[in-house]
Amino acid sequence: MATIKLNNLRHSYLDNPRGDEDWALKKVDLTWEDGGAYALLGSSGCGKTTMLNLISGLLTPSEGSIQFDNKDVTQIRAEERNIAQVFQFPVVYDTMTVRENLAFPLRNRGVAKPEIDKRVVEIAQMLDLSESLDTRAQGLTADGKQKISLGRGLVRSDVNAILFDEPLTVIDPHLKWQLRSKLKELHQQFGATMIYVTHDQTEALTFADKVVVMHDGMVVQSGTPVELFESPEHTFVGHFIGSPGMNVLPGSVVDERIGYCGYTVDAHLRADQLNGADSFELGIRPEFVHFADQGIPVDIVKVSNTGRVRIVDTRHDNDLIRVVVPEGESIPADKGYLQFEPYRTTTYVDGWRVGDKVTPISSRTGAATRSQISQSQTSAGSAS
Amino acid sequence: MSQKAQNNKAWWLVMPVVILVAFNAVIPLMTVVNYSVQETFGDNVFFYEGLKWFGQVLHSERFHEALGRQFLFTGIVLLIEIPLGVAIALAMPRKGIGVSICLVLMSLPLLIPWNVVGAMWNIFALPDIGLLGKTLNAMGFDYNYTRQPFSAWATVVAMDVWHWTSLVVLLAYAGLTAIPEDYFQAARIDGASAWSVFRYIQLPKMKRVLTIAILLRFMDSFMIYTEPFVLTGGGPGNTTTFLSIDLVKMALGQFDLGPAAAMSIIYFLIILLVSWLFYTFTMRNEN
Amino acid sequence: MTLQLKNVSLVRDTETHIYPTSLDLVDGQFNTLLGTTLAGKTTLMRIMAGLERPTQGQVWFDGEDITRVPVQKRNVAMVYQQFINYPNFTVYDNIASPMKLLGKDKKTIDDAIHRVADLLKLTPMLHRMPNELSGGQQQRTALARALVKEARLVLLDEPLANLDYKLREELRDELPKLFRHSGAMVVYATTEPSEALLLGGYSAALFEGKVLQFGPTVDVYSKPDSAESARVFSDPPINLAKVNKAHGQFSLSAGAGWAANGEAHALPDGEYTVGFRPHHLTLTPHGDTSVKVSAEVLLTEISGSESTVHAVVDGHTWISLSHGVHSLDKGQTIDLFIDTRKCLMFDDKDRLVLS
Repeated sequence: MATIKLNNLRHSYLDNPRGDEDWALKKVDLTWEDGGAYALLGSSGCGKTTMLNLISGLLTPSEGSIQFDNKDVTQIRAEERNIAQVFQFPVVYDTMTVRENLAFPLRNRGVAKPEIDKRVVEIAQMLDLSESLDTRAQGLTADGKQKISLGRGLVRSDVNAILFDEPLTVIDPHLKWQLRSKLKELHQQFGATMIYVTHDQTEALTFADKVVVMHDGMVVQSGTPVELFESPEHTFVGHFIGSPGMNVLPGSVVDERIGYCGYTVDAHLRADQLNGADSFELGIRPEFVHFADQGIPVDIVKVSNTGRVRIVDTRHDNDLIRVVVPEGESIPADKGYLQFEPYRTTTYVDGWRVGDKVTPISSRTGAATRSQISQSQTSAGSAS
Repeated sequence: MSQKAQNNKAWWLVMPVVILVAFNAVIPLMTVVNYSVQETFGDNVFFYEGLKWFGQVLHSERFHEALGRQFLFTGIVLLIEIPLGVAIALAMPRKGIGVSICLVLMSLPLLIPWNVVGAMWNIFALPDIGLLGKTLNAMGFDYNYTRQPFSAWATVVAMDVWHWTSLVVLLAYAGLTAIPEDYFQAARIDGASAWSVFRYIQLPKMKRVLTIAILLRFMDSFMIYTEPFVLTGGGPGNTTTFLSIDLVKMALGQFDLGPAAAMSIIYFLIILLVSWLFYTFTMRNEN
Repeated sequence: MTLQLKNVSLVRDTETHIYPTSLDLVDGQFNTLLGTTLAGKTTLMRIMAGLERPTQGQVWFDGEDITRVPVQKRNVAMVYQQFINYPNFTVYDNIASPMKLLGKDKKTIDDAIHRVADLLKLTPMLHRMPNELSGGQQQRTALARALVKEARLVLLDEPLANLDYKLREELRDELPKLFRHSGAMVVYATTEPSEALLLGGYSAALFEGKVLQFGPTVDVYSKPDSAESARVFSDPPINLAKVNKAHGQFSLSAGAGWAANGEAHALPDGEYTVGFRPHHLTLTPHGDTSVKVSAEVLLTEISGSESTVHAVVDGHTWISLSHGVHSLDKGQTIDLFIDTRKCLMFDDKDRLVLS
């Protein structure tokens, strides 16, 4: 295992990159701590696969360096970096049995036979593959094959990190749950550094201790799932994390406080934190917007039920404001008033966050805040 | 209740093919079958002979020898062309301008008509004026394909390899380029050697195209006629008289239509049988 | 408009792909087929389209038996998971192709294309080739083709599965709007319960070639008529446990018990299966109807606003979903609370008796 450091890393697929758009990866400085569970999150074409391939050594960067435990590996080839990688579409050696597949990386490295046998049996047990050890890998289902790909990484005791490139793409939702929990469990057992690339925020947030969000070849924010959820550094992160994403609304100043369309949204947010910017935006998560007896007047446009909660699309002027309403709370028929939960609004100038960070939920009373509000809401509105 | 074809008009589209196949395959074949069980001396006079010609052909030493030569030739040619073709395909570039250049170069021999290939090699290998023949003799090899059986064989084999290896290359190359890049990346990460990559990824993934390549080359080389006919005429002696040359000698040279027809059918059945055995054997493990 | 499957089944060789199925699809709504890979969604769609002939049963469209009508003669549009467009046509020509085949005149085609392109935000890309587009734009082009065809039956086979998460969210939002005014019957296949719910309309829960339940999506979700159906319509998976009713009291083998009030009181004593969704198994009690069970933590997943806890209760793994951030260590013993008001009860034949 190793700490992986990326220093001023840049990459272009062109020989002579000129403009900004020629760079698939624009200057990245990042450290992946030893034994961490990371996710690399972004939409397709944001450069996340490029970064993964640079780490594994399948690509050599145009500029910058990569260090494993302070040792420069920039010019070292993939096979010597001791990195394991699991791809989007399962890669198995068709003609081999599951056992031979798992043994393959060890055999290539000349590990002694008894040692190989021992490791393979161990790993197979962990991945629930023991029963199919002697069947041909070709006949397995997609999730079985993906487990083999993973197993070929885990079986090696010398791996520096295991990289996953959207590994659950071809897996059914109910199996995704199982496989993802399995991954997390294995991470806790092995303590291997794992980097998980995905465009699916749910996968990223639930798997990782730390999520790196990429957009347009740049890292826009890296932080814990809670940080990303509560204080997005950029409106893109606010939009990308959370389903539905954060409401981003034009801001205005009301009595030296931050406001929206003439309404104060959060008494704690003072306008001086904007550092004199002319125009700014407000970010508020749909989870923190509530129906109330007074506040911002809105029209109800649409209600969608996700089973667990209802997502209400409301409109004030021309702005769409989404509200997440938990089970059991009532929704006004076609007009209503909105209030923003205190300490939840963030402010953005030119897309980037300014002002104080939102106090993390965990350092306050935690879940109690949320349920207290729900209860007061329930009693205020007529129970549905 | 019938669950049959919902749109019968589609059958009309197949008619031209049916007619074409009937005229160029089924009807000639029936004629051959007809000849194979009868005796004729021309003038459209026929006597029914049953399976006599079949027995005669199967017991003739001449047929045995020609068949032996045929299998030997096909075996040698396959053993050279398949590995060589795969090796060339592996060495070919995967991207850039080199791809088109290689593909064009590889297709060239395939575009040359059979008799021209024979004629070319005929001159090329002449011991007195041909570039190949003269060079070999100048290097001290006693080479003369019109006189020595070994020279004749070597020339026929070299000619076939030159002519047809490209086909194997093109098929193998198509198979190779269809393998997703992920496989090679995974193998690099697993620390696989070049040999392991070939043995466990490329070869299994090429299995289907190679099966086709082997079948095509088997059938083609088993029926080889024009090139050796133009080059050696089956000589020296009978040393390069393969089945098809023998057949033509019998049918047109000696006008033994009955035995020749019987031999054609036996010939045809051998090809069918070997191809079928090979195909079922290699595809047995699929799925 | 009506589309009915009457006792349709499909057997290929000796394998049953679709068990006898009767479905009465609802006009003007999204009819979602929900099930895992190989549950039979695509096969059912192929039968509806006429690409596949059922072994038994009939397909009726608008009071007419169309079982034997070939696909070319049915007015059907289909969009697939893979982005299928003509690679050497521009977006414009791609969208125009079904109308050209119908012999519409140039002006009509042009108008229709611009209208649809506007709806699908394709106007700036009309003269590009499909390979110059992003996945989302390619799929929009395919959808536009289905829209302009003005087909009476539109079949969408996991059209969003290959798209990025956020794009999926966006298109999923637009889809019902797009087809609302087309007057077409829309059938939509998906593997994701949340997608079925967000699309609204009607849903059929499929499992191993059987339609388990069909009805308004929210009803299928909240009142699954069998434990199997509940399992299909649940992501994360629903928790199921054996429960015993005796003396007006339900008791779990894990120790917890609660009074069988109201409707539950009338149920005969005996063994039942109780089902409760992960968000009804929480770390904090929900009023006085919650009952407490003791659990051992296997794994916690924190998604920013919620925590998913996988925990072992009485030898079974349960999934709990709570608001807020709760970091729990593996092996830790915790209390979990089942919201008994939200419990589903299934009898020994796995049929819903109480919700």
